[in-house]
Amino acid sequence: MNGQSANQRGVSVQVRGLRKSFNGQEVLKGLDFEVKSGEVFVIMGPSGSGKSVLLKHVIGLEMPDAGEILIEGKPIQGPEVMNKYRLAMVFQSGALLNSLTVGENVGLYLAEHRLKPPEEIGRIVAEKLEVVDLKGSENKMPNELSGGMKKRVAIARALVIEPQLILYDEPTSELDPLSAVVIAEEILRLKERIHVTSLVVSHDRDLAFGVADRIAVINDGRILAIGTPDEVKRKPDPLIQKFLNAEMKHL
Amino acid sequence: MFQNIGEMVVLFWQTLLSLPLTFRQRLKVFDQFFEIGNASLLMVCILSFFIGGVITLHTGPLLVERGLANAVGGLVGIAICKELAPVMMSILIAGRIGSAMAAEIGSMQVYQEIDALRTMNINPIHYLVLPRLVAIAIALPLLVIFAILVGWLGGAFVSVANKRIDIAFVAFFSTLRDVVQIKDVANGVFKSFIFALVIGVVSCHQGLITRGGPRGIGRSVTKAVVNSIILIVVLDYILTRMLLK
Repeated sequence: MNGQSANQRGVSVQVRGLRKSFNGQEVLKGLDFEVKSGEVFVIMGPSGSGKSVLLKHVIGLEMPDAGEILIEGKPIQGPEVMNKYRLAMVFQSGALLNSLTVGENVGLYLAEHRLKPPEEIGRIVAEKLEVVDLKGSENKMPNELSGGMKKRVAIARALVIEPQLILYDEPTSELDPLSAVVIAEEILRLKERIHVTSLVVSHDRDLAFGVADRIAVINDGRILAIGTPDEVKRKPDPLIQKFLNAEMKHL
Repeated sequence: MFQNIGEMVVLFWQTLLSLPLTFRQRLKVFDQFFEIGNASLLMVCILSFFIGGVITLHTGPLLVERGLANAVGGLVGIAICKELAPVMMSILIAGRIGSAMAAEIGSMQVYQEIDALRTMNINPIHYLVLPRLVAIAIALPLLVIFAILVGWLGGAFVSVANKRIDIAFVAFFSTLRDVVQIKDVANGVFKSFIFALVIGVVSCHQGLITRGGPRGIGRSVTKAVVNSIILIVVLDYILTRMLLK
């Protein structure tokens, strides 16, 4: 993921026959799909359907039992992918390092890989925090931030990498509607500004239909449908319709 | 159990391979070093002073009654530098620092901070394990040297203050100097260096394999301390046998 000077084009992702089991229970049951360069691809599905596990495979945190994940046609497990392409992930919890300040968290990638001198890291951190409307928060500790602010710091941390592929794990969960809109706008702004490929895992229908170029609906480790938001809405599959149209009635 | 031992050996080997990066991680090493020293110095001081005192209290009257007053300093000196200081201080550090290492790394594991490091292509061994292992491997032997000196002082103080022993301060250290050689102090310091590596590897490993929430962290902390102490005691016997030859 090194090489800040590499071009800004988003990368394509191919997932082929992906299978994964934990303690004998199959969580991913042969997933096949492709995310095109520069698109926002949303994976929707109920809790426990295997969305987050899928995301961990794409970033290389989990090894598949079978199948493969290719970034620009090259296997993710190969060393050249991690060194050639810049990938970033925004975790559901933010996953900020609690012992570091916000500024240190955001600049961690540059500092640890010694990509920039400290003064320039400070300038880049300030710039990225401004992008996510957190200007001047450098010296705060993560425990002083709200859930939404933590997620925005996590996005700023991902932006510092200048990613070609950015993965979002439930970016709007635990957020109020206004913060959720800010995050959704941020995802779209990044797509326009740096043409990053975005892979978003969410069960938030508003977010999915608001930002997605294409949507995959996943249930019980299998993909039920893939298509544009309109195509997915029109799928007759009762499971998809039930998931998309679920409402709280007669409470 | 064998899986854990294998994982710890691999972790230790990977940390050894990353030793050339120590200079790059020097600020973290210094932070950890300060943490270990700052957190432990007062406890080490109190513990070793009273250990020296109590060993003198046990042996002094018996030796004096048998006309062996000139053996008190030597016996206390040898017991402290070869055995009591390295083992007791290592057990203290396992409880104070090993538990903190396991808790901090375990918490980072549970709350996905280590996953976040990996996604940034930052190796958790370089970032978390290496600075802790280097710091404890330097700090514990230094603490043990300090503990030996304070333990001797404790022994001398009791030998002067206790009327059943009543050996002068200078006489105590004179007999101690006749018996204790630099080699004996070096043996104790060497043991503590090995124990430091054990505490560091066991605690970091327990942190890295933490699963579950706060209960998982608690379990890892307990295992880190208990396993470290067991290994210290077992290795103490093996090392003593080896060093006696």
